[in-house]
Amino acid sequence: MKVRAQFALVFNLDKCIGCHTCSVTCKNTWTNRRGTEYIWFNNVESKPGIGYPKNWENQDQWHGGWIRKNGKLTLKQGNRFWELMTIFANPHLPEILDYYEPFTYDYAHLLDSPLAETAPVGRPISLVSGQVMEKIEWSANWEDQLGGSYLTRSVDYNLRDVPGKDLLGEFEKTFLFYLPRMCNHCLNPACVAACPSGAIYKREEDGIVLIDQDRCRGWRMCISACPYKKVYFNWDSGKSEKCIACYPRVESGLPTICSDTCVGRIRYNGIMLYDADRIAELAGKEDEQDLYQAQMDIFLNPHDPEVIAQARLDGVPDSWMDAAQRSPIYKMAMDWKIALPLHPEFRTLPMVWYIPPLSPMGREISPRHIPKKAEDIIPRLESLRIPIDYLASLFTAGDHKPVIKSLSKLIAMRAYQRGLHVQGIPNKEVLAGAGLDEATAQEMYRYLAIANYEDRFVIPTSHQETMMDDPYDFQGQNGFVFGNDSSTGVSSGELFPKRRKETPVANVQPLHFVRHRES
Amino acid sequence: MNWSWNTFFFGVYPFIAGTIFLLGSVIRYEREQYGWSSYSSQLLASKHYMMWASNLWHVGILTLFLGHFTGFLTNILEWLGANPVEHQWIAASAGITAGVVAMIGGVMLLLRRVLDPKVRYASRSMDIFILVWLLITLTFGLITQFVSVPDAISGHVQDMEILIRYVRSIAIFQPDPQLIVNIPMIYKIHMLCGMTVFLLFPFSRLVHIWTVPFNYLIRPYQLVRAKMRSVI
Repeated sequence: MKVRAQFALVFNLDKCIGCHTCSVTCKNTWTNRRGTEYIWFNNVESKPGIGYPKNWENQDQWHGGWIRKNGKLTLKQGNRFWELMTIFANPHLPEILDYYEPFTYDYAHLLDSPLAETAPVGRPISLVSGQVMEKIEWSANWEDQLGGSYLTRSVDYNLRDVPGKDLLGEFEKTFLFYLPRMCNHCLNPACVAACPSGAIYKREEDGIVLIDQDRCRGWRMCISACPYKKVYFNWDSGKSEKCIACYPRVESGLPTICSDTCVGRIRYNGIMLYDADRIAELAGKEDEQDLYQAQMDIFLNPHDPEVIAQARLDGVPDSWMDAAQRSPIYKMAMDWKIALPLHPEFRTLPMVWYIPPLSPMGREISPRHIPKKAEDIIPRLESLRIPIDYLASLFTAGDHKPVIKSLSKLIAMRAYQRGLHVQGIPNKEVLAGAGLDEATAQEMYRYLAIANYEDRFVIPTSHQETMMDDPYDFQGQNGFVFGNDSSTGVSSGELFPKRRKETPVANVQPLHFVRHRES
Repeated sequence: MNWSWNTFFFGVYPFIAGTIFLLGSVIRYEREQYGWSSYSSQLLASKHYMMWASNLWHVGILTLFLGHFTGFLTNILEWLGANPVEHQWIAASAGITAGVVAMIGGVMLLLRRVLDPKVRYASRSMDIFILVWLLITLTFGLITQFVSVPDAISGHVQDMEILIRYVRSIAIFQPDPQLIVNIPMIYKIHMLCGMTVFLLFPFSRLVHIWTVPFNYLIRPYQLVRAKMRSVI
């Protein structure tokens, strides 16, 4: 057993209102630069829909993620040798039009145009070519609120096995929910495995997956390898970029900017402990439907004394252990089993999990049909509008049982709370039917409905002080001086700058700020 | 050695170019890693077109590079039993084949770079310049074959032997530019263009060649980096 801590998130889709605040604050913070105009580290998709980039879920088209070949895991886009063979032109790389051509408008023309009979028009201008675009035909959330025709949307990969799929385009039968997406900071990341330069890495202390911008050479294999298409190519810098889980914030104990600004309070940040020795074994389960269970098996119980002891040996700080014990992620994924991973069949062991959405009311509410009982208000499992097939395709590789279990717990919690608050009678039967007790239902209510800041975000600060051999050596290293003072190389105006100063004291090891290690 | 343009271009210039090539690469690697990239533009347009253009170009140009290296600086062909005439036949046929392949790919790439508005706008001027320069060098290289092939047919391959001796004189830092005074002009032009590629190398996207990721074949799939800890 090798205990590692992982920064993880849960999104409660039941409460997502699709306002895109997460996307906008993220974009303003991280991807508001030339070359990144089309890049959304965080985006919110309307489902059903083909998403961003188009059809990203269909790996027959994009060849992302892992597959099992002769009992071993290998990248779906090809083995190492094949990857180097395709390095001159990556056959699976999306093109910018698979995302969209980013644009602005000619606002100046609205002010500068001479007096004319017709009102001036601000025409769209491409942010890549700088030319006027005749027509905007796609964008980051073109399908927002089920926009566009059903014909386009129905290509959605998750609809492939849904019975009566053609009827779902009808107004009375249609359904809608939002799927906010960001980098999953996977335990078995395909982007890391695909990077020819070894520039992408997982941080040992919190599991955040980062691209070393200095070592990235723009071979662009990560972009096709990521099945979630959450690694992007900055066409200006020639480097790949991806969500950095707002690590400067997370290291300081703050939630990611997307989580902090979520007006629906649907995002939870916390720590999970997992057994790094079992990654290959569990990601390589033969049956795709076992992968959800496999990922739960890789998580370690932070209350288990054996785990606590091993975690200490493996360098997990005590404050992180404490955070892992209070982790909202652990509660939802493991204790209550209401959160599910997104497309576990990609075999990357993603670490952003989702609470599936309940659908709109199953009953018509009109003067002739006043709801009297809880069942009239709270939707029943069989009357949900979102096909279980659809949710199962998203979260469990098609296995209905975990989805139904999760949904029925959410429904039972609502019915129980309604009974408590409206009728004044706790409905214990409905809880028993979903396998809940009153205490759990109350706690779920606190986390899901109230969703206090301190319940949603349990983030331990990073322990920089333990990551240095000699903190005194670090003194006087930062301040107003020449060059890249805070990184590993220092340019001091000399042609060949020296590396960071090494203390000439006996028995003090040279300070290597970042140590490269492979595992 | 007396001063002459020949001495400068073929006795001094190779070392200027070589020095800038090596020193420039080292300085850029040391100081500007963020600018060290292949600067792929595949994302912007024409994936299927690029599958042909980029592959033809890279395969052709790498074959040419390896061919020049093998032919001029090693004795592999001689060890395999080729006499000088056969050597020239092998060089000419392989060179023309790879040259045409690279030319097709290179022209395709240039057309795309100039004609596609997205790629054009995203290009640095050096991206276009270096591609044009490589294509000019390649064109002169192909033109040399109008001299080289008749030489091979007539069996007079002294020029090639002289060139080999000259290139080796450069490689061992004992330049002998006098050797090639009477060589046909087209060879000289091609060589000058080629040396200039080395001169331009550190200032262009060509630096990505230094970081060919062969290591990928042997490294583990997953990489984890840790900050150093004092207590383990």
